[in-house]
Amino acid sequence: MNKNLRITNNKFIDQTSRISFKFDGKTLYGFKGDTLASALLANNIHLVGRSFKYHRPRGIMACGSEEPNAIVQVGNDASMTEPNTRATEIELYEGLEASSQNCWPSVNFDIGAINNFFSPLIPAAFYYKTFMWPANFWKLYEYFIRKSAGLGKSPTKPDKDIYDHRYLHCDVLIVGGGISGIIAAKTAAKNNLNTVLIDDKNILGGTTLFQENECFKINNSYSNEWLKKEIETLNSLKNLTIKTRTSVAAYHSYNYILARENLTDHLDLNEKKDKIRQRLWKIRAKKVIIATGAIERPLIFNNNDRPGIILSSSIKKYIDYYGVKCGQKISLFTNNDSAYETAISLSNSGVSVNSVVDIRDKTNSLIVKQAEKLGIKIHWKSTVVNTNGYKRINSIEIMKLSDDSSAVVGKKIKEECDCLGMSGGWTPRVHLFTQSGGKLKFREEDNVFLPDKSNLEQISIGSCNGDFELYEVIKNSASSTNKFLNVKNIDYENLEIISSKEMDKKNIWLLPSDKPLGKTKPFLDFQNDSTANDVKLALREGFKSIEHVKRYTTTGMATDQGKLSNMHALGIISETAGVKMGELGTTTFRPPYTPLTFGTIVGRNVGEFFDIIRKTPIHDWHLENKAEFENVGQWKRAWYYPKENESMYDAVQRESKAARDSAGILDASTLGKIDIQGTDASEFLNRVYTNAWSKLEIGKCRYGLMLNEDGMVYDDGVTARLSENHYIMTTTTGGAANVMTKLEDYLQTEWPELDVYLTSVTDHYATISVCGPNSKKIVSKVIPDLDLSDSNFPHMSFKNAKIDKIKCRVMRISFTGEHSYEINIQSSYGKSVWEKCFEAGKEFNITPYGTEAMHLLRAEKGFIIAGQDTDGTITPVDLQMNWIISKKKYDFIGKRSLYRSDTIREDRKQLVGILTEDPKEVLEEGAQIVADTNKKPIEMLGHITSSYFSPNLKKSIALAVVKNGKKLKGKKMFVPMENKTINITITDTIFLDKENKRLNA
Amino acid sequence: MFLINCPYCGERDQSEFSAGGEAHIVRPKQPTELSDDQWAEFLFMRKNIKGIQFERWNHAHGCRKWFNIVRDTRNDKIHAVYKMGEKPPIK
Repeated sequence: MNKNLRITNNKFIDQTSRISFKFDGKTLYGFKGDTLASALLANNIHLVGRSFKYHRPRGIMACGSEEPNAIVQVGNDASMTEPNTRATEIELYEGLEASSQNCWPSVNFDIGAINNFFSPLIPAAFYYKTFMWPANFWKLYEYFIRKSAGLGKSPTKPDKDIYDHRYLHCDVLIVGGGISGIIAAKTAAKNNLNTVLIDDKNILGGTTLFQENECFKINNSYSNEWLKKEIETLNSLKNLTIKTRTSVAAYHSYNYILARENLTDHLDLNEKKDKIRQRLWKIRAKKVIIATGAIERPLIFNNNDRPGIILSSSIKKYIDYYGVKCGQKISLFTNNDSAYETAISLSNSGVSVNSVVDIRDKTNSLIVKQAEKLGIKIHWKSTVVNTNGYKRINSIEIMKLSDDSSAVVGKKIKEECDCLGMSGGWTPRVHLFTQSGGKLKFREEDNVFLPDKSNLEQISIGSCNGDFELYEVIKNSASSTNKFLNVKNIDYENLEIISSKEMDKKNIWLLPSDKPLGKTKPFLDFQNDSTANDVKLALREGFKSIEHVKRYTTTGMATDQGKLSNMHALGIISETAGVKMGELGTTTFRPPYTPLTFGTIVGRNVGEFFDIIRKTPIHDWHLENKAEFENVGQWKRAWYYPKENESMYDAVQRESKAARDSAGILDASTLGKIDIQGTDASEFLNRVYTNAWSKLEIGKCRYGLMLNEDGMVYDDGVTARLSENHYIMTTTTGGAANVMTKLEDYLQTEWPELDVYLTSVTDHYATISVCGPNSKKIVSKVIPDLDLSDSNFPHMSFKNAKIDKIKCRVMRISFTGEHSYEINIQSSYGKSVWEKCFEAGKEFNITPYGTEAMHLLRAEKGFIIAGQDTDGTITPVDLQMNWIISKKKYDFIGKRSLYRSDTIREDRKQLVGILTEDPKEVLEEGAQIVADTNKKPIEMLGHITSSYFSPNLKKSIALAVVKNGKKLKGKKMFVPMENKTINITITDTIFLDKENKRLNA
Repeated sequence: MFLINCPYCGERDQSEFSAGGEAHIVRPKQPTELSDDQWAEFLFMRKNIKGIQFERWNHAHGCRKWFNIVRDTRNDKIHAVYKMGEKPPIK
């Protein structure tokens, strides 16, 4: 097992610092600089997971974010474990624990693998087709499917890690730190542009970093040596910020870019603690240069998914960068020159290359000649028709291609190997370009989609723009950057570049086999287990759109978003359907480019920072007095104050009774308050409320109802006239911000001629409401100087007063129907005045009551709550509040809508009161009301909007909206519930004190 | 995520703004004289243009001013920004 798979002379891996890690419970060793994938390969471990559908053994296939197979679960801590991470992107650290996914009981013996033998019975969309019937069996099916299909496991406890968000602004952002990105970064920064260079790897340089080949030379040195010097000069540039381990997740319009920076993922377990794990950068760049490179394509042939089958460029990176041999006897399979680079690298490192299987007839490029010189055998015009080996490839079968390449001919050659590198050409990484709204064009000669039109200040350079040869990459990257940035940089003009030019190109999307198509397994999407056969089946079944085929076969829908599979799927569809690829188009690439953790997305906005919490100035008193809180918008409002072990119901009953029997006190500070000033203030109120305001006397208050332009109730509240041109408006707690916005909208856009100024003063005042028959005595104790007689201070008026030396405004208004006062005072005095009132009220058993008791008390009086009894479909006429609609006013917001054909219908839902036959039966809010329980289907006439047991009336009361309710008073109806039907009677909405005697009691 | 050039504050991130629908729909001065159909036209009917569109925006987390923009809905390009009451600089 422990063969020596490391070569010794390696520049990138520090072979003196050994790191221990665990994979599937077994302790293994790697070195600093390894990824989990390279360390596993060095330990001769190829089998790392099972495929999604057939549970076929799968191994590491790539070396970066495109990896489809080697996705592992990292960590086993219930709060920190992370599923679906790519072993090729995990930097090895001391203490790393990772395990295979989608296999049980283990990756070596997986019961689900039985699916592989049944695979002829599991075609594309098998699950859709099979488990649709009978419909009610789905619950049962789902249980088993979920168990056998799921990928990794989610953490079960809250994430303990710290995440962060930051903004970044720059002149030029360069995405990708390969050779072209480095050229662009140097050019930009040298020209005094504030430049940021981002790369997802731990060091810059891309693949050129380890390109030490005679065929790729710049100014007489190896391209890697030349690049090393370029990177050194980058580090000395002042205007340049380099961010490594940073991956761009999304590229939105207006050059708004989201990138995730890994800060601690590579650190040893004991060094990670208390540090920010990942940071989301929110970047605005004036100009963006995309230099994201290209992804090598696999080849599509029978059994192309076995562990040990790896992209040829990845084998090259493993040997040249990590110093790891992917096998001892390696074969290569290609349709282009790239595989020869790998062959040469392997050969130079002393790994024997069996042969290169090349589907081309013959080429004479520099690099092929070099490979031939090294004695590497080449099977020209041949293809791999099959591979063998269950958990690791052990041989390949090679056959000659027919002259038209549609079939295989001649004798089958079997070649033993423990690793097969494949290269199907290159796919430019255009994901970010298309995310930003860019349109692609298709280049026929090498079958690539390339960036075409964009509306943003951006360009793509290097291989993501279709330049695959070193010479073109350097020349074009430099000239495009110069032109795009409107600068002149001559650093790259007189370079002497040797690069191997690929002469011949050949592409076969689905390689022929000696077996019929139905008997082969040519995988397209390795993670989601869809084969070329599945795509062909979808086309036979009539799917034409590429988007439909994708969803039907799930090709490209796994966590890798088809980075390796999409092009082949398109190619096969194009061939089978006879549509040109350029016309077929691509599926949509959506952010994020690689999966993001939820932690990165939410950043610091977790726990108490999830949303703003607004507290009243009296909040601490509520806390001290054990209030339970209710969220109303962002406000924390005291909901009820349970005494000892009191239930919510009991507390609310007690509070509601006390308020009517003697005295209650409520914190009403959250009500919205808008200060309105200006010579047209009265006219403004006339226009926004349904009732008239011009004649309201100074010192008086009035209740107002505000509609939307469609005639529906929007908000309500009491407004007081402080002086000729000065009002203070109150709004509902939840509606305050919206009302303010709406009023500003009308003032700024419809009525700019009005001289009116609005100021939100919600937070400036604390509002303390004292109500009940003893409220007068309490307030007179708190403000002895104030004449509280009904003649001086009647209901719906206010007085300016002083508590000690502090000015306050006392309003005699009532939301409970009781005699009551609202004391408004500068916020900072709120708590002390509250305590004063409470002290003064002790002899009257003053009882703090919360929002729930407040709701109950107002329901007894039939007062509505906008948003509870109304829902945006209720007019004031529906509420039977015709009295508040001014007949004299020419216009107000929503007036015209009150006599549209729909709003004057008699059978609209109207607000009514509801009494239950059994006075103890409390209805559920939202319950439906019906007149006839026998009629099928049952006709729903309306629903309960508010419902309580009234301790003061000792019976259940409710408000409801019912079709034609106005005319149904006294009528008996039903509320059908799950296991019983409740008999009810429609009544008036006012249950208590119809004559309003208590207001002046 | 747009960058919007508020005519009062300058260029700001879209997250500071809220959209207010189609621009240049004037509230009728004499609503009571309109037929149901005419009123419905004002109240409910909005265009959904693929191309150049005139829109109301509010700098909700800034100066709270309303203003208009000209935006191409095909590519989100904002061609002009202008104050309330001003004529659109582009037809």
